[in-house]
Amino acid sequence: MNFRTTLSLLLLLGGFGSFPVFSGAQSLTDGIFMNKKFLCAGAFYTHEAWDEYWEGTLLRTNGTIGTVTTQNVMLGLNYGITNKLNAVVMAPYVWTEASAGTLAGQSGIQDLTLGLKYNVVAFNGLGGRMSVQAVAGGSLPLTDYVADFLPMSIGLQSKTLFGRGILHYAAENNLTFLLSGTYTLRSNIEIDRESYYTTEQIYSNEVEMPDAAQLYFRGGYYSFRWGAELTASHNMTLGGFDIRRQDMPFPSNNMDVTRVGVEAFYRLPFLGDLQVLGQINQTVAGRNMGKSLGWTLGLTKFINFNKD
Amino acid sequence: MKKHILSLLAFSVLFFAFSACDKDVTGEYAELQALSPASQDLNAGVWKTVVLTTPDEVAVPAPSDVNSAEYQAELAAGKQALAGLSDKQKEIIRYWSAGSVLRWNEIMRYLVAKYNLAPAPNADGTYPVPDASNPFSYPEFPFANPPYSARAYAYASVAQFDALVAGWHFKSLYNRPAPYNVDATIEPYHVAKTSLPSYPLEDAVVAGAAFTMLRALFPADTAFINEKVNEAAWYKQWAGAAVASDVTAGLNLGKSVAAKVLNRAKSDGMKNAIGSKSIQDSLQQRVEALGETSWISLESPRRPGMLMMFGAVKPWLFDPANIESIRPVPPPSVNSDAFKAELEEVKREADPSDREKMRIVHFWADGTGTYTPPGHWNVFAFEEIYNAGQSEVRAARNFALLNMAMMDAAIACWETKYYYMVPRPSQMDPSIKTLTGLPNFPAYTSGHSTFSATGATVLGHLFPSKAATFNAWADEASLSRLYGGIHYRMDCEAGLLCGQVIGGFAVDRARTDGAE
Repeated sequence: MNFRTTLSLLLLLGGFGSFPVFSGAQSLTDGIFMNKKFLCAGAFYTHEAWDEYWEGTLLRTNGTIGTVTTQNVMLGLNYGITNKLNAVVMAPYVWTEASAGTLAGQSGIQDLTLGLKYNVVAFNGLGGRMSVQAVAGGSLPLTDYVADFLPMSIGLQSKTLFGRGILHYAAENNLTFLLSGTYTLRSNIEIDRESYYTTEQIYSNEVEMPDAAQLYFRGGYYSFRWGAELTASHNMTLGGFDIRRQDMPFPSNNMDVTRVGVEAFYRLPFLGDLQVLGQINQTVAGRNMGKSLGWTLGLTKFINFNKD
Repeated sequence: MKKHILSLLAFSVLFFAFSACDKDVTGEYAELQALSPASQDLNAGVWKTVVLTTPDEVAVPAPSDVNSAEYQAELAAGKQALAGLSDKQKEIIRYWSAGSVLRWNEIMRYLVAKYNLAPAPNADGTYPVPDASNPFSYPEFPFANPPYSARAYAYASVAQFDALVAGWHFKSLYNRPAPYNVDATIEPYHVAKTSLPSYPLEDAVVAGAAFTMLRALFPADTAFINEKVNEAAWYKQWAGAAVASDVTAGLNLGKSVAAKVLNRAKSDGMKNAIGSKSIQDSLQQRVEALGETSWISLESPRRPGMLMMFGAVKPWLFDPANIESIRPVPPPSVNSDAFKAELEEVKREADPSDREKMRIVHFWADGTGTYTPPGHWNVFAFEEIYNAGQSEVRAARNFALLNMAMMDAAIACWETKYYYMVPRPSQMDPSIKTLTGLPNFPAYTSGHSTFSATGATVLGHLFPSKAATFNAWADEASLSRLYGGIHYRMDCEAGLLCGQVIGGFAVDRARTDGAE
């Protein structure tokens, strides 16, 4: 049930490379809980591409980069510790390429995200079931990939901790909506240079990474057999600086992005309710980010560890 | 249930502990020790200048006597200023007391990084050109690319050096002591007490030189430069280490000497360095007529080659008539087996999966939006000069030697690049992908290698105990370009050799300039 969450996570892996800040923030967004001793395992493929990006607030193309494509394959697990407490773990393998110019694509295992979701309170109201949930988690890079090679980098190397509040509603007639807000703390990172320019010249290999926040909405139809929902998200970096005209992007840029999308799933009754899901989203506004179109395909499967 | 609440609580504590961490990155050189030179180099008034013919070419009027009413009034005003220092003034004093030459070098690197951005293409596929007479409109003037910045570092350093030699000449001539040596009750704020005569004030001399030179080199930042000039010129007066007439005499001297250095800059050929389409076409046709493949820009739209006539700019340390003997030997023909072997080696070496090579590539890249490779060698010089506690005049001399040599390295290297027009590896084999930005000019020889060998040779002479380290750094900087997939090994090796030759010219000068 719970991997449509992971799905929305994947939507946000794109941009200039992929963003642990947003992936971490986006995970565990679902309002739905796994029952105790149920495991959900999932595998997902995501493809994102942009040929326009925001240099600061200026939307432009760049003939010497062409189209930048970021792909990833992600594996994830969601386990019901109790009916009210779920644990999620996931990690993607990411690879990038540019269609023009000479910059080499990068590839590798990116960041591990871990999270706990707790159902704080649930009650009946508005002809359905309302619940307030809390999510806490964090992420850390699994490999020593190069963060300071945007837009080809596969991630930003920052360790994160995030906290999220969720308001979830599911009506008797299977209509549903969800609102969430997230705050992500990001650790500073170290790069291979001993000096770099932001709005001043800094003589250090340490880069100050501003924190990040996210607002997220989804709503539509959700039943055991199938579901279809609209999604909208707005991710903000709380600080950082703009890419200067014709400069390269940098990990501590002020990256903002707003995305809208559609996602749907179906559980195949003839394959033991194997869940097939798909998602597509478009970046509609941004700053120091690629204007990407992304899509995901995934499979998830339940395993029941209860002794029946 | 209780357990879960506890774990959530534990997480919250962790979360806020993490958020309380100090994330501010201030960098290494924000706070430095106040300069207290081991030697004042009191004889520097006779050191060999670069542009000035004699150290008294610009006159400095005799100062008032320390017993005169005029001087005593200045002294009283100074004591009053010292008693009423604001926090902002104290901060400025602490910053500049590390040494004016060091701090101006740091400011130069900031300005270079700020302006080291190539113009974005126009909608019609052409490229706009920065205009010195209209520096504020996009693209802002200058585009501080490596040759531009090598030249900027050189002129700024030479102006400061010549002005300081003149300053030292007049310090010895007039021998007017610093205020704390006139009035023992004055205890300067943060500035070290020395026996150096304070008229004309060395910091004001350097500030005057910076005023004239930096405003010409970075005209879009005039307001910022003016503010820094004001701080640098006056901080010692605020601190009780100089009187007002020390400052004004120093500023005037610095500005006048720099005006003479600026005259050289105006006629050194830089204004023609940008070249033109017809020049680039003829450079290309020349090598094609020899059966070679000419370099072309791999940017889209194709950008004119960077400063294609920089090789004709007037050097400091060698006679341009000798350029043929300085230019590296011809590279193998692109049609030869030797060239194919070079190309295959690049493909092998440019390996994005080798993390240590990636580190080397990025450590030395000094590309877009950075202080450039000459700036990187200025950082090394800065550290050595600071650690050695050199006098302002010796610091200026050493930066001038380094930066004259690196400008000459840029001239020799650019002359070579556009003479041979060797294509980049990715032009000959598009499957070669690069681990850093591909520079928009021909491959042979490597600019990084030339700059670095020059820098290592000059700094190795000035700081012999670190010579082996500098050479090792130059070798690594050179190889970083092969690992990055943007240079053949032949570019790197020929660049290193040429850089050593150019560095040697500066060493020859250093041995005979009276400072050793």
